[in-house]
Amino acid sequence: MVRIASLAWSRYSALSLLRGAIGGHRHWGRAWRAAEPAPSYDVVVIGGGGHGLATAYYLAAEHGIRRVAVLERGWIGGGNTGRNTTIVRSNYRQPELQRLFEYSLKLWHGLSDELNYNTMFSPRGALFLGHSDADMMRLAERGDAMRAMGLDADLMSPDEVARLVPLLDMSKEARWPIFGGLIQRRGGTARHDAVAWGFARAADALGVDIIENCEVTGFLRDADRVTGVRTTRGDIVAGRTGICVAGNSGHVAGLAGIRLPIESHTLQAWVTEAVKPMIDTVVMSQTLHCYFSQSDKGGIVGGGDPDFFPSYAQRGAPIRLEESIAQAIALVPAFARLRILRTWAGVTDMSFDGSPIIGEMPLPGLYLNGGWCYGGFKATPGSGRLYAHLLATGESHPVAAPFDLARFAQGRTIDEAGAGPMPQNR
Amino acid sequence: MMLIPCPHCGPRVQEEFAYERTLDSVVRLDDGPVTAMSRLYTRANPRGEEIEIWSHVHGCGQWLRLRRDRVTHAISDVEAI
Repeated sequence: MVRIASLAWSRYSALSLLRGAIGGHRHWGRAWRAAEPAPSYDVVVIGGGGHGLATAYYLAAEHGIRRVAVLERGWIGGGNTGRNTTIVRSNYRQPELQRLFEYSLKLWHGLSDELNYNTMFSPRGALFLGHSDADMMRLAERGDAMRAMGLDADLMSPDEVARLVPLLDMSKEARWPIFGGLIQRRGGTARHDAVAWGFARAADALGVDIIENCEVTGFLRDADRVTGVRTTRGDIVAGRTGICVAGNSGHVAGLAGIRLPIESHTLQAWVTEAVKPMIDTVVMSQTLHCYFSQSDKGGIVGGGDPDFFPSYAQRGAPIRLEESIAQAIALVPAFARLRILRTWAGVTDMSFDGSPIIGEMPLPGLYLNGGWCYGGFKATPGSGRLYAHLLATGESHPVAAPFDLARFAQGRTIDEAGAGPMPQNR
Repeated sequence: MMLIPCPHCGPRVQEEFAYERTLDSVVRLDDGPVTAMSRLYTRANPRGEEIEIWSHVHGCGQWLRLRRDRVTHAISDVEAI
């Protein structure tokens, strides 16, 4: 009875807040245990980012597989999960990508309830700007492709864009004149750290071991089959092993002697000091490659191009920030008054067709989830659920099936940008 | 900031250069389909040193072969191609 009562109190609710008000908020426990590695698990997930934690959660919640470990080299959510610009959308052009990101977007809309954790998902609309007649043709085509798949997309006139984002420079003399836009109203932003913490807490409650400060240094092998991992905290045997370390996929696959269609590149982002609400939607320009939104704390968060050369350094060249900030100021001149609070960089898995990889590796028992380029955050719940399906059943979910590793050798690449096998050109 | 020592122009900022690809990913005329696929579509992508092809596009235009560490950005060897 006591146990049931304590479980009920560990749920986050208005009632537990009220109880805390009486007891001085001393009843809150840790959100997840600091687990010690066990000798063996049914599934070992390498990588404690949002995708890895989501994978573990869905393995336990939907497939009943609770002997699961998430191994994280540093601390959970400390890689790209905490370094992105928190944008969530599914406004893609190609059907495979539409299905994948829409699968995820649907999950975002119920995620806070499902996890009993406020992910601060805010469907404030994701707006693509057009800067020429040709841009508007492309946006119209993309909108049509989305609507044909049942996704929401609205083409906007310059007047409608100006009403939605009044601070945009809509003048004819603007550096990049605005000819209109395409909005996906169900897109928006979420609190990136909360996504990792929410999945960690929910997975831990179902018995998943989250093991931090545990770096994978190699794989246990039985002939070709991968039977577990070598780590800085000892060997761990696993029924199935899932790599989920986007940014470092090349390095971890290299430990198994596998070359991937992935190259690691630096992507930077910036945030300004916090100000009162000035932009209440996500504004993106694919022509310029600049995107920004205002966080709930008030900072303008933005980003631009990657650095165009391979790097694992988690720091980037100032010129890329300068370009992105100059573009943002040209679009919203009022940004010129803001001071930059912080800039940072993450290491992204740039795949050779711009699309992610979710599938089995050439070695039995080993699986890969990676290659998310600079669009992984929005896929977090969907990616985790699809990867859990693969790790639980050994079969790809139909939504994930086109994203297998074999597609590159078989000429089935899913290349939204049509850029070919040149990651630095995306 | 990364300085790249161009054999003609001396050390110049990285922004003047364009990364092309790794040396081992250049497809050769006599490569079979499996090797060609591997060169086009896969990389060792090491968290360490790799031999890369760059060009000094916003400078003298020289093609370069660099041995570069992808974590520290230290360049241990440069050669004009």
